[in-house]
Amino acid sequence: METPLVSAFSPFHAESGALPVLETQIHKRLGTAVHGFDLKVDFQAGPGFTILFGPSGAGKTTVLDCIAGLITPDEGRIILASRVLFDSEKRRNEELAKRRVGYVFQSLALFPHLSVEQNVGYGLAQVGSVERKQRVGCILEEFGIAHLAKRSARQISGGESQRVALARTLVTRPAVLLLDEPLAALDAATKAKIIDDLRSWNREQRIPILYVTHSREEVFALGERVVVLDFGQVVAQGTPHEVMRAPRLETVAQLAGFENVFDAAVEAIHPERGTMICRIATLPSTVPVTLETPLVRAESGDSLRVGIRAGDILLATSAPSGLSARNILVGRLVSLEQRDVIVMARIDCGVEMEVHLTLAARDSLQLVPGRDVWLVIKTHSCHLMRG
Amino acid sequence: MAINWQAFWLTLQLATVVSSILLLIGLPIAYWIAFSRWRWKFLVEAVVALPIVLPPTVLGFYVLVALGPRSPVGRWWIALTGHTLAFTFWGLVIGSILYSLPFAVQPFAASFASVDRKLIAASETLGASRLRTFALVIAPLSFPGLITGTVLSFAHTMGEFGVVLMVGGNIPGITRTVSIDIYDRVQVSDYAGANWTALLLLVLCFALLATVYSLQRRQWAAAPVTRAQ
Repeated sequence: METPLVSAFSPFHAESGALPVLETQIHKRLGTAVHGFDLKVDFQAGPGFTILFGPSGAGKTTVLDCIAGLITPDEGRIILASRVLFDSEKRRNEELAKRRVGYVFQSLALFPHLSVEQNVGYGLAQVGSVERKQRVGCILEEFGIAHLAKRSARQISGGESQRVALARTLVTRPAVLLLDEPLAALDAATKAKIIDDLRSWNREQRIPILYVTHSREEVFALGERVVVLDFGQVVAQGTPHEVMRAPRLETVAQLAGFENVFDAAVEAIHPERGTMICRIATLPSTVPVTLETPLVRAESGDSLRVGIRAGDILLATSAPSGLSARNILVGRLVSLEQRDVIVMARIDCGVEMEVHLTLAARDSLQLVPGRDVWLVIKTHSCHLMRG
Repeated sequence: MAINWQAFWLTLQLATVVSSILLLIGLPIAYWIAFSRWRWKFLVEAVVALPIVLPPTVLGFYVLVALGPRSPVGRWWIALTGHTLAFTFWGLVIGSILYSLPFAVQPFAASFASVDRKLIAASETLGASRLRTFALVIAPLSFPGLITGTVLSFAHTMGEFGVVLMVGGNIPGITRTVSIDIYDRVQVSDYAGANWTALLLLVLCFALLATVYSLQRRQWAAAPVTRAQ
């Protein structure tokens, strides 16, 4: 070991005044040669919550598994408060049991044959039995589960299991905490309470907490910092506000729910207005359709894909004026189809768009196929991704 | 109606020794089979399973040769002790261990492999060594498999014939087991004696297996415990 042995077991980062920062810079080829992708991430996480956000399959859990030592990266390094956990160049790969990484799995992985108390005390094998008892008792109290101590881990509810799993990890005083959607299955109130407990616990400990989620709500509720992953890459990082609100390229998974998706090319970029003009690919014979969209990292001529939700498009039966919306397209109503309480309208405006209306809107507008209509689309209703 | 109690006693001793040793050596082999990622692992699995399909006489023949003065191991043993292992109780033990190996190792390995990997990962991230993880998580959660493997290897050893005949011969009190005794009785047309002995063996083996399966049933019944009490 490069760091003195003592420091590994002393209270966290007491050995230096430096902030405990987790540096992760790893590359791992996942899956088979044909059906696989490269996980290639590089980020730092200081004390406090860092959210790993992204769609399923983006590689979030794999990142945690690499940090915990359950998966060995192909190359890169993982450094925790100046302690090297993994370094492919120096051929160092710290033993899993010695990493002092606290990991709460999505499945929680409570030991079903042990009691709550035994579960929580599991990681304290090195500690004397008197101290172990005292520390277990303390944390059970702190998490409001002291009354469950003697119960079998099989006999407690979902919310209780989450608390036991957290307590079991926290009681070992890890140097970093990895949480893989540990609260995914909980109702909002229980979730908020557990997050409060976690926050107050971390006010004293100040260790990096990596929190994996694919829920936007959790990002805003917890986030001090967000790292957005997609297809194994970090696509954005910053504060939740910067990352989640700023115009950016949507991930494919998020575009999957869009009714209208078109190939487009960047025609002009207006950084001063925070917008760009994209031309939607149409048949050569027809009039080109252009849309004003939010500005993303792109250059003129780049091909992108534009997604627009059918419910985000306004429909007018006369040419609208005095609108803030930047995109007004003229077209002809092709068909109307009622599905439950939604009317799906198809409009030909050079490209075919699907628009969702209420029954009342259809009736008051007296919509019939063949009628001329105008479509109104806000700039920020145009979601972009790489083509 | 004379049951050969000496043969019975010998058979019980043999089965106890063999299943105990198999419990000891079967655990690491099964652990390796369940968790190794070695690409040629299937070869080892095939070798372990071989006694299931191999005629016992073939296995017995090779064990006999290996124990005798024709093999280096046999020669080494003879040089060390002055006699051969063949036609002795411990020769029988060695043959039986090989013969019953899959009946212990396969249930062990299957139950290890069915332990949720996340529990193993949780144990290790909580600072437990592999051995500690095995003792505190894998083994307790594999308990039904460990019982099954041990009882199956016990019962299988109780009833073996071919290997015993090849390796042990037929020495009363040393290598004459129950199944050999039955064979002898039939040879001399003592059908009544053969019948009683066979029946006793049948009942014994049935009782053992019934115990195993009832234990397993209770294990499974206990698994999805809800918050009943």
